[in-house]
Amino acid sequence: MSPLTLIKMALKALLRNRMRTVLSVLGIVIGVAAVITMVAIGEGSKQSIKDQMTSMGTNAIIIMPNRDRRGGVQMDASNSAAHLEEADLKALKAEAQYIDAISPMISANGQAIVGNNNSPTQLSGVSSDYLTIRNYAIEDGVMFDDEADRMAKVCVIGQSVVKNLFPDTDPIGKTIRYKNIPLKVIGTLKAKGSGDFGQDNDDVIFAPYQTVMRRFNATNEIRTIYANAIGEGYAEKASDEVMTILKERRGWNKPNDPFRIFAQEEMIATMTSTSDMLSLVLTAIAAISLLVGGIGIMNIMYVSVTERTKEIGLRMAIGARGRDILLQFLFESVMISLLGGFIGIALGFGAAQAVKSILNWPTIVSISSVIISFAVCFVTGVFFGWYPARKASRLDPIEALRFE
Amino acid sequence: MQEKDPILSIQSLKRDFKMGDETVHALKGVSFDIHRGEFVTIMGTSGSGKSTMLNILGCMDKPTSGHYILDGEHTETLSRDALARIRNKKIGFVFQSYNLLSRTTALENVELPLLYNSKVSATERRKRAIAALEMVGLSDRMNHLPNQMSGGQQQRVAIARALVNDPVIILADEATGNLDTRTSYEIMMIFQELHRQGKTIAFVTHEPDIATFSQRTVTLRDGLLKKDAINENIQDARAAYEALPPPETFDEEGN
Repeated sequence: MSPLTLIKMALKALLRNRMRTVLSVLGIVIGVAAVITMVAIGEGSKQSIKDQMTSMGTNAIIIMPNRDRRGGVQMDASNSAAHLEEADLKALKAEAQYIDAISPMISANGQAIVGNNNSPTQLSGVSSDYLTIRNYAIEDGVMFDDEADRMAKVCVIGQSVVKNLFPDTDPIGKTIRYKNIPLKVIGTLKAKGSGDFGQDNDDVIFAPYQTVMRRFNATNEIRTIYANAIGEGYAEKASDEVMTILKERRGWNKPNDPFRIFAQEEMIATMTSTSDMLSLVLTAIAAISLLVGGIGIMNIMYVSVTERTKEIGLRMAIGARGRDILLQFLFESVMISLLGGFIGIALGFGAAQAVKSILNWPTIVSISSVIISFAVCFVTGVFFGWYPARKASRLDPIEALRFE
Repeated sequence: MQEKDPILSIQSLKRDFKMGDETVHALKGVSFDIHRGEFVTIMGTSGSGKSTMLNILGCMDKPTSGHYILDGEHTETLSRDALARIRNKKIGFVFQSYNLLSRTTALENVELPLLYNSKVSATERRKRAIAALEMVGLSDRMNHLPNQMSGGQQQRVAIARALVNDPVIILADEATGNLDTRTSYEIMMIFQELHRQGKTIAFVTHEPDIATFSQRTVTLRDGLLKKDAINENIQDARAAYEALPPPETFDEEGN
């Protein structure tokens, strides 16, 4: 029998029991829609975590002294030698091969004031490499030069600061007062938008680190160094290398590390694996509902086979082989599941969209989840239709014809 | 008649059924031939083995021993699928309870056997189904559903379905059993007409009245052939039909 004939026959049989067909299709629809939506939610949150991390600089590694503090009290005095200084910066720049950009990061807190406007923005003392590491770009003007502007009273400001302090003038060449020290604006940054966990990436003021260290904080100590690994997958090597160089410079031979080094890549990996887990759980739950839908099909097919025993007997009497009967019922169950698949995918798309626009939760419907759902539907139809269909195909025509 | 090769030949056919510990001998060695163009009635009371005989003749069951040769093929050695093919190509069934597919038009019901024959195209199928329905006088009912037709009409659709594959033999199982006398005679008229056109027919019944319309009667009793007689005085179904009282007094549905 040709596939077209089988499809026609299956359609006719399904239309004959409309309500029953609708209900068993519904089981699959719910299953598939659940899978698509759950995977979309999982993928969406994974992607948004990734995006946030990327905005921070994917290859960034952060170096800090490893101070054993408990409740603000320094516990081990022997560690006090482990602070970072400018010489470390220079050594790393010269020796480390797995990093291509390095910048200290020294912060000062206060109000930035211009005329009647003020902005409670943190002042960050950095080098020009910081832009590369954190994926910032200059919008207007220039970035300060590490040598020429070593201790210069200049700054580069983010778009939020521009909005707060210079609502209707061009900030370039104007002066900001920060803790009563005047800083000349020589550049503005391109907007980055709010990213990492809600804080505003554009609410920043960058000044040369020597300026901040000496003029604001009166210290030689560098709290934090940011560096950029040369590419994806090099973060760990870069971290090890940095640690080795820093230890060698100090002749460090104690078992504990003097510094803590965080690699952005590792954090991404951790957070991604968390969200992977989340999607896995969601998908598993959704898959169960698909399984239940499949059992629904099996149930309905069993009823259908029993109910149509006489029809099966007749078909066999006039020459249908077991195989023909098997295919007939298999086509019906596959059709139910594929129909459910189609509607379920459409519904899943809709639900993902609704989650996105109503709950404001990022969702991404992945093509692979659509393809997999569809394949699973087909397999469900075949798998759960198989037993009832085989039962039908093995009926004895004489017995089947006698069935009332 | 005996000089021609038989279209159907059964030789010492036996069929046993195991019922728990007991073995029931439904057929205990029956032999007879049916020749091309014959109209044979197989008679017998219930328990005589005639249903078992019909199932074997219809290739739905195989004998325990003995031979059944249909149109030159030894069916007792064939597989399930091969038997299905024989049923599809060489046999036309007419059942007591019509066995039409519900919610399926007369035309589609008649087309059904040809669906299982991949050599027949869709257009050919339709053409043959229409021809078969015309032959049983239902050309005006082709798109009716079974529940829109009387019992007699339904049985005529079933006969058309049995004709559509141009079988070597038509097997009728109590084909008039659910019908009133008047409608039964109508159906017998069709069978007699088919016989005149050269079809071979084996008609199973327990009504002696119906047997008088056929050429020859084979009677079974307790699994054995009791009598195999040529009918000297064949009744004409049309004459019998016309001799009946006017139709107003009869229930059309045959209930």
